[in-house]
Amino acid sequence: MRYAETGYNLEVDLTRGNIEKVQTDPKLTKLYLGGQGTAAKILWDRVPPEVDPLSPENLLIFSAGILDGTPVPGANRTNVSTISPQNNLYKDSLFGGFFGPELKHAGYDKIVLKGRASNLVYLWINNDKVEIRDASHLQGKGAGETADIIKEELDDLDIQVAAIGLAGENRVAMASIEHSNASSSRGVGVVMGDKRLKAIAVRGTKDLNIAKPAELFEKSLDMFQYIYDHPEYCGDFMAHEDDEEWHVDNFAWGNARERRKGFWNKEREERWKALSESIRYRWNGCYNCPRDCHQALQYPGHHTIFQKCYSKLTYAMAAYEELDFNYKMISRTQQYGLDGYSTPQVLAFAVELYEAGILTDEDLPDFPSDSAGRFFYLLEKIVHRDGFVGDALAEGVYHAARKIGRGAEEYDHNTMKKNEQVPVKLGRVAYHYFLMYATGEKMNITQIEGSFPQIPIPDKEAREKFVQGWDAAPDYFKNLYLEWEPRTQLSVDGAVRVVDWNELMHYVDDSVGTCAFLSSFRGQFGGRPPYHIHNLPVFISQATGMDIDADQLWEIAARNRNLVRAINVRRGMRREDERPPEDHWKKREPEMEQKLLDEYYKFKGWTNDGIPTKGRLDELDLDYVSQELIDRGIITGNEEYLSQSSSTEETA
Amino acid sequence: MSDGPKTKIVKKINVDLDKCIGCRACEMACSAFHAEPKYSIVNPARSRIRVVMDEVNDVYVPIRAGDYTPAECNGRHTYTINGKEYKECSFCGVCCPARDLFKEPDSGLPLKCDMCETDPPLEEPVCVQVCRVDALTYEEWEEEIEEEEEKREDLQIGLEALANKYGLDKVMDTMVQMSETD
Repeated sequence: MRYAETGYNLEVDLTRGNIEKVQTDPKLTKLYLGGQGTAAKILWDRVPPEVDPLSPENLLIFSAGILDGTPVPGANRTNVSTISPQNNLYKDSLFGGFFGPELKHAGYDKIVLKGRASNLVYLWINNDKVEIRDASHLQGKGAGETADIIKEELDDLDIQVAAIGLAGENRVAMASIEHSNASSSRGVGVVMGDKRLKAIAVRGTKDLNIAKPAELFEKSLDMFQYIYDHPEYCGDFMAHEDDEEWHVDNFAWGNARERRKGFWNKEREERWKALSESIRYRWNGCYNCPRDCHQALQYPGHHTIFQKCYSKLTYAMAAYEELDFNYKMISRTQQYGLDGYSTPQVLAFAVELYEAGILTDEDLPDFPSDSAGRFFYLLEKIVHRDGFVGDALAEGVYHAARKIGRGAEEYDHNTMKKNEQVPVKLGRVAYHYFLMYATGEKMNITQIEGSFPQIPIPDKEAREKFVQGWDAAPDYFKNLYLEWEPRTQLSVDGAVRVVDWNELMHYVDDSVGTCAFLSSFRGQFGGRPPYHIHNLPVFISQATGMDIDADQLWEIAARNRNLVRAINVRRGMRREDERPPEDHWKKREPEMEQKLLDEYYKFKGWTNDGIPTKGRLDELDLDYVSQELIDRGIITGNEEYLSQSSSTEETA
Repeated sequence: MSDGPKTKIVKKINVDLDKCIGCRACEMACSAFHAEPKYSIVNPARSRIRVVMDEVNDVYVPIRAGDYTPAECNGRHTYTINGKEYKECSFCGVCCPARDLFKEPDSGLPLKCDMCETDPPLEEPVCVQVCRVDALTYEEWEEEIEEEEEKREDLQIGLEALANKYGLDKVMDTMVQMSETD
């Protein structure tokens, strides 16, 4: 019997209309766990680099984490993995809510979609009964509206829906996939739209088996209590804050241009707080988690919106507007299905081009003079791909700049690997942050940072106290943190290892299904995250019956990390692509940055060009990967690799 | 037992709709607690409590599995909440032929909330235990019952079973016949 997982994937060919329930190999669970890990394996096997991301051969994979649907609190994330047309590289994005657990109860760990439907369709999964249904009546509908209509026509409020809006339908690069109170960003919606798949609706009533049920249940109840009792360590505390000083002072406004010190004041805080409270229905949560990180709001006359911290201010700051503007924008963009990080930057980029005279009144007839009006105007242009400019901007900043030309490339200053980055502009380069930006393949810093605190506590005694109860950290990092004085850099070795730990915890979560706000992202704030490398193996072992320890979990995460890197290397990514935006820091250290890359690659067992060596790949049971990299002439197989233990404590 | 008045324990789960965050942990815990062997299965579809959720319209209503009935209602009404219309069935806890709710997914047998009665007894039902936000709270108290009333209750249950099986009219006819024979 399979425990915690169902042991089946749903394979759907949208071109032929073929649907198959395929049993999976338990060996793959041992090697890659689930979620992102097993999805990356499928993408490596079945989407060779010759496949264009916007061709029917590209796959779009929805994966429930291995612990989704078990009693483990906060394990509910769904991973969406595909090859992105924006940069021709692997992209994955996660969303919370209820979809992953429901999919498990329907009897599947994954939905693997290939092909392209001839007309807009939606997929209806009702346990073993799976249908591809016509969605022509849903064309142009908002993502949330679509979910409503589907639940109504199938007459069941228990159905979970993941849908794209008009942005996805029109293959806009920033298109998201929206579900309940959650959404999947970084542009995965564009592939769903390309497959002409408007939505997936799922309802499941099957059992999920647990290997050691009584033990796991008891442990889960304790964890439930801990998560509820400790908002200071668990969940999205920033979503609940009304004091936005940290965000508005430290993130850049406009097209990631300038920090506005002094904008924030008490009067503004009171005003924003009053507005939010007056339009908030309630705080809500995700499946089997006692934290309420999402707020449901409805600005008068607008669609209901769901919000965590990340989209709270991004449109307002990009447009130099106030909070009410942000709510008005999001009620549109959530229905259109647009990523709240990248979209504001695309809009602000276009406004800059207009102000610089690169875009003219001829390009943008009747362009409003006020900032809010301009954003609304541009938003419509983009989601409808209206005219030359709308069509260009729909490709995201990087491609739009090159399509528009006329010097627009100069204004593309905040992308990396062709993705818009978080609008942060800082003083002096921090070694570990340089490395995370440069090398992280989750394409956004929030998906890479998170276990090691962002800054040291100034007082050493306080640091000692912090380190004492820091169960989440392998020993190496305790010493490193203890010795880290404010305004000093970490050592090169320290920076390299911090990056390794930070990112590996995300690779753990994204195969397990645990929320980053309870684990990989949350440890940096307060250092007492409910889940970490030392206790997750127990949950996984009791749920799956696999009996893995911290070292083995670390190795699985490293395997998944290397597999993702190999997918991208096979698609041409190299060291020269690993360059954070030039102006991310005012004071750069070019020589040191190159040395950091050298050392990080060496530590990872990669070549000086960022390519995994045969030695490292084989050590991780990725022999088939090294063989193909050799066959393709990407490595010779003789590159130097000095093996190092993948033990968490020794690595650390 | 003393000769004092007989009592019964009344158990009540209070539901505060405004406090529900929609996490559905109550469903998870209920299904695990009632699995055989205990905790061996997690499946909200087997839960005896379900949260009716319509997030966009801010509807969050935990409902508890009540009695089994062999017949659908013969008339229904609707609820309008925030301008959206819901069927009465949406918020009904009865296990009935009109829908699949509160039936074992494989066998179709009815599910009914038993307030987690177990030996030794729990302090409160598991759904209440996991509801940290206190949308569900538990109360119990003792109530005096008169013996006559207790007997009547037993009798009523027996008669109801007969009425379910043969129809109330037939039972009444039979009773009339019996009284006439006497």
